[in-house]
Order: sequence, then structure tokens, then C-alpha cells
Amino acid sequence: MSKQEIIRSVAQPHMKEGLPQINPGDTVRVHCKVREAGKERIQVFEGFVIACKNGHIAENITVRKTSNGVGVERTFPLHSPLVAKFEVTRRGKVRRAKLYYLRDKIGKAARIKEKRS
Amino acid sequence: MLSGILGTKVGMTHVFNEEGHMITVTVIQAGPVLVTQLKTLETDGYCAVQVGFGEKSDKHLTFPKFGHLKKAGLTHNVRYIREFRVDDSSGFEAGQSIDASIFEAGEVITVTGTSKGRGFAGGVKRYHFKGQQMTHGYMTHRRPCSSGATGPQRVFKGTRKPGRMGTDTVTQKGLKIVSVDAERNLVLVDGSVPGPNGALVTINKVAAKKVKK
Repeated sequence: MSKQEIIRSVAQPHMKEGLPQINPGDTVRVHCKVREAGKERIQVFEGFVIACKNGHIAENITVRKTSNGVGVERTFPLHSPLVAKFEVTRRGKVRRAKLYYLRDKIGKAARIKEKRS
Repeated sequence: MLSGILGTKVGMTHVFNEEGHMITVTVIQAGPVLVTQLKTLETDGYCAVQVGFGEKSDKHLTFPKFGHLKKAGLTHNVRYIREFRVDDSSGFEAGQSIDASIFEAGEVITVTGTSKGRGFAGGVKRYHFKGQQMTHGYMTHRRPCSSGATGPQRVFKGTRKPGRMGTDTVTQKGLKIVSVDAERNLVLVDGSVPGPNGALVTINKVAAKKVKK
């Protein structure tokens, strides 16, 4: 077994299976587990994906939304046990892999076209 | 039980802990090591267990080493031979195999390795000198500049200068074992350990009284 294979086999049991295909520009609902006062509940963070980063177990997405006029970004590791579910609600049509330019756009300019198949 | 084991650094990855947090781990192929010689108070003046670890082609096996390994009942070559001090070596026998199961998850360890070589490095990299500005007309950028006062008319010994950096023996203390795969002899250590991937590292147990609670 090569070094790379050993490393991958160590991380494999911690990885999730059957994750949805998430691309930049997609609108996702991330069901996060939040622990408050000893109880666990689900909180949904909805926004569009501005970046997907690969890295085997460390694979993650950055989700951006505008909350009360303030831009909020959160990065979620796809395999994190603290995320119950990723739900893709809308596929976006974009021409970039990283949509960081959307940070400077407000209102109508910050829209993403829907991908129709 | 042996106080430590030899291993090779395989590389780094991530795992999730019980709280669901991602932690960075170093994977170490720890053992199995084979006991090649027992040193006793009577014959050597101190007690230790000499172990061999790793694979090496028999083509490179020298005759003295062959004889030494043969005494322990080993028929193949080993890459590394190192010693571990013990209070009493009578509990071991030559040829015995020791694997990673001497460790358990949550244990605090120290890891010793040889740091990555940086070659001939300047003062900025080697000693974190400030350096000069990159712009605004500065004609020097990463020079060491002053070597001391003019009064003594010489440079004091030990003054920090550019030179060979790295390939030092580095001991990382207070590392924690995340998990142990006894079947494949893999030890997962929280955080990083010195040296490049594939290099020899020594994992040592920490005496119970030294562990901070």
C-alpha cells in the first residue's frame, strides 16, 4: 500500500456517502446541527455556493447569503457530522468556478441565472 | 513493555472527533519492530532493548550486520537499528516482535524526528530577522545588516548569521494519540510531527508523573 493509499484509507471511515452534487452557483439549504442548553436542533442556512474546494475528506463549500442587508458567508466541510443534510434547491448557470465577484454586487446585480436542462 | 517504538511518518490528513470537529492528524506507520539485542547491566553497564525496524534489501546487508541479526534469529535485513532504555531488559527476548498496540488512544506522547532540510538559509528564514522594506527605494531586502557594535572590533561567537538550516533532531512534546489501528500498526497523532513524509520518527511514551492533567 502506498503512502497515499494509507492516508486515504485512514480518512475513509469518516466520510459520508451519497452526498448531492454541488456546484458553484447552486442554491443550497444546509441543515446544521446546533447544540443549545444540552439539546440539539436543526438550523437551516440557505444561500448560494460561491466556492467549492476539493480535498478528499476536507472537501468544503462556501455558502453566501444576505441577511438583513448584511452579507453572511459560511464554509461547510461536506463530510462534517455537524451537518445533517445538504439540499440543492436551484441549479445556477455560472461561468466561473469561484464567484467571489458577487461579494461586491448588491441587489439585482447579485443574481445568478438558473440553469435549465 | 517498551517505552517507545520506531515508525515512519506516512503523511497528514483530517478526521472528525466525537464533538464533530475536524482535527488535523499525522499518520505514523509505527512498527512492528523486532528485538535484535538485549543490553544488560552485567554485560553492557546499562539496560536497554535494541530493536530493528523497516525493510531494506539483503543486497546491502554487510557481513557484521548479518552476524548481529543472525544472533537474534533474524534472517532478513532491517533498515534502522535503535535502542530504548528500560529499567530491566529481562522481560524481553531476542527476535520478539513489538507492534503499535503498546499505545492507546488519548495517550500523551513525544515524537522525535529529523526536521526538513532547508539548505543554506538566510537570516530572515533562519532566525526570523525583520529584513528591510521591499519598496520605497530600499536597495537591500533580506540582508542580515549589522553584526554587532563597533566597540569590541570583532563579531561575537554565536551571532546569528545565515547558514545551514534544518535536518536537526527535533522533539515534539505533548502530542496526543487520536487513535491506534493495531491491525495495520498505524498511529494517528493530533497535530504535526517533525520531518518529511517517509522519514524515521521515534514515538516515546511520557512518564505518567510528567503528564499534565
